[in-house]
Amino acid sequence: MGTTLAEKLWESHLVRKGEDGAPDLIYIDLHMCHEVTSPQAFEGLRLAGRPVRRPDLTIATEDHNTPTLDIDLPIADETSRIQINTLRSNAKEFGVRIHSLGDADQGVVHVVGPQLGLTMPGMTVVCGDSHTSTHGAFGSLAFGIGTSEVEHVLATQTLPLKPFKTMAINVDGELPEGSTAKDIILAIIAKIGTGGGQGYVLEYRGDAIRALSMEARMTICNMSIEAGARAGIIAPDQTTFDYVHGRPHAPEGEDWDAAVAYWKTLVTDEDAVFDAEVTLNAADLEPFVTWGTNPGQGLPLSASVPDPEQIADEVDREAAANALEYMGLTPGTPLREIAIDTVFLGSCTNGRIEDLRAAAEVIQGRTKAEGVRMLVVPGSARVRLQAEAEGIDQIFKDFGAEWRNAGCSMCLGMNPDQLRPQERSASTSNRNFEGRQGKGGRTHLVSPLVAAATAVRGTLSSPADLVDAPAALV
Amino acid sequence: MEKFTTHTGVGVPLRRSNVDTDQIIPAVYLKRVTKTGFDDALFAAWRGDSEFILNQEAYKNGSVLVAGPDFGTGSSREHAVWALKDYGFKVVIASRFADIFRGNSGKQGLLAAVVSQENVELLWKLLDAEPGKEITVSLEDRTVTCGELTVPFEIDDYVRWRLMEGLDDIGLTLQHEEDITAFEQTRAGWRPKTLPAKHLPSVEIEAARPVEA
Repeated sequence: MGTTLAEKLWESHLVRKGEDGAPDLIYIDLHMCHEVTSPQAFEGLRLAGRPVRRPDLTIATEDHNTPTLDIDLPIADETSRIQINTLRSNAKEFGVRIHSLGDADQGVVHVVGPQLGLTMPGMTVVCGDSHTSTHGAFGSLAFGIGTSEVEHVLATQTLPLKPFKTMAINVDGELPEGSTAKDIILAIIAKIGTGGGQGYVLEYRGDAIRALSMEARMTICNMSIEAGARAGIIAPDQTTFDYVHGRPHAPEGEDWDAAVAYWKTLVTDEDAVFDAEVTLNAADLEPFVTWGTNPGQGLPLSASVPDPEQIADEVDREAAANALEYMGLTPGTPLREIAIDTVFLGSCTNGRIEDLRAAAEVIQGRTKAEGVRMLVVPGSARVRLQAEAEGIDQIFKDFGAEWRNAGCSMCLGMNPDQLRPQERSASTSNRNFEGRQGKGGRTHLVSPLVAAATAVRGTLSSPADLVDAPAALV
Repeated sequence: MEKFTTHTGVGVPLRRSNVDTDQIIPAVYLKRVTKTGFDDALFAAWRGDSEFILNQEAYKNGSVLVAGPDFGTGSSREHAVWALKDYGFKVVIASRFADIFRGNSGKQGLLAAVVSQENVELLWKLLDAEPGKEITVSLEDRTVTCGELTVPFEIDDYVRWRLMEGLDDIGLTLQHEEDITAFEQTRAGWRPKTLPAKHLPSVEIEAARPVEA
């Protein structure tokens, strides 16, 4: 019997097989750090007198609570400032490469790694951040870890792990115009639930996945964690190789040829068996939005707010009732009629250049709905520079959107970019948890296209809802 | 890490599913650089509500949390475990846990016990009927006892062993340092290294400014 891609990656990183129920010891090729989940790990090393074993496989960026305004001034919030300064001094003390605020390679850790060519196929990638699953888009085993594990990787460059189960997510068919990778992943999460992927590595397969760009694949893998999975993975192909080629850390010359030859072996064997399989037809997908307070509570945009009374499962019914109360929504309200206060375009899910281009195309020449605030936060400083080189920043500014510096920003509201109580957002980020974007804030997860159309109409909308929409979208 | 064999303490019924890590500890509390002092941050958004379970006198000193399915979903923040421990929780019982949360718990000596939803409902009923009732959790026997009711729980054998012995993972791994070094000799030369750093050209980043309303 053949093996799955995830199993191949596991085998190729096995330092030591666990005996008598002990976990396997897995080698880690790349460890990314940020300011929030690393200070206690470095402190642990210091107390134990341990060095960082492989500073040359470690990189740090500042992203979670960096401001997106006035980045040339001292950080106003004292605790944020202390945390950033702690990362800087730890990086210096332990010899770890760091990209600080103001550096052209600063940005959300999951945008920076691929951009520098540090993420490539066939690797194991970890970071003290659950959205590390993003890097699985390259055909790498990439997953988020806790701070104890961050310390463990810093000290040993390995992790003791039990093998994951494997699940195939087959997405066949052709995605209709106006639907995007974000709609695919939101539909998957709604289908299998926020716990559906627990213990699994999800391998996304099928024509619809093959047709996606690398950035769109990253959007899909990014939200694997929202389905409860440890990781998401997509087998590398020519799209992947083309994306990696020529990036600063990409192999060159003979090394490139050797790497590509190896990468081409990174596929699930035809006779391999997954522990579970799910199938979805991309052709059926319309823009998807969430109505509740977990990412599994989503529906097509044409639907209405569900009635908890109609939900058979008791736990789900209560969760839906709680969610509607928190979200201030009435059952039966068409999702398209929900008015939005703030549109957030950004995050490790949808803060890359293609996301900004797609949104800019929708708003270009249109007027922002009155009273709607739109925040555009590029995923990295390089994304911002690229957008500025293309003139996209001007489209957002002319529209009345705020053009910010890179970071995690309103995705999790650790910096000043937060919703006010009861303020409602259409957000291209990944979590609609209670209070995630600010205490009392109400989040609807959407694609960049829906975010842009919503900013024009003021209620949840897709580009097809715009009066003068291109014929292809109506 | 302290050894864990059995624990007896007040059970707290938290009748909610999908209690994510943003509920356990909101992100604004993650800015500290220490591992302790997070007790005030636990369930911060709910603590303001006088009806919230931990604000009720009988449950204030709770140490065994009995929660709905999919506890600890969301972010990888280990602060969620630190906050639960700082408050005084030793055990969390649920029918399903998010993977990262469960991993983090095991590393910090917080027992994440998997009990069937049916039995969780029974525990909820007992705890509701008699607020402040104690629960005994035996890691040795893998059982949860509340009054007359004793139900089994599941936990990974290895995690159980480590909790019972109070062992530190890094120390265990470093016993195999030779294996790690040997593995490193086999890695292909083209595998990326962060050092020496390679960059695209350095460019001045313009600071965004607040938009005048």
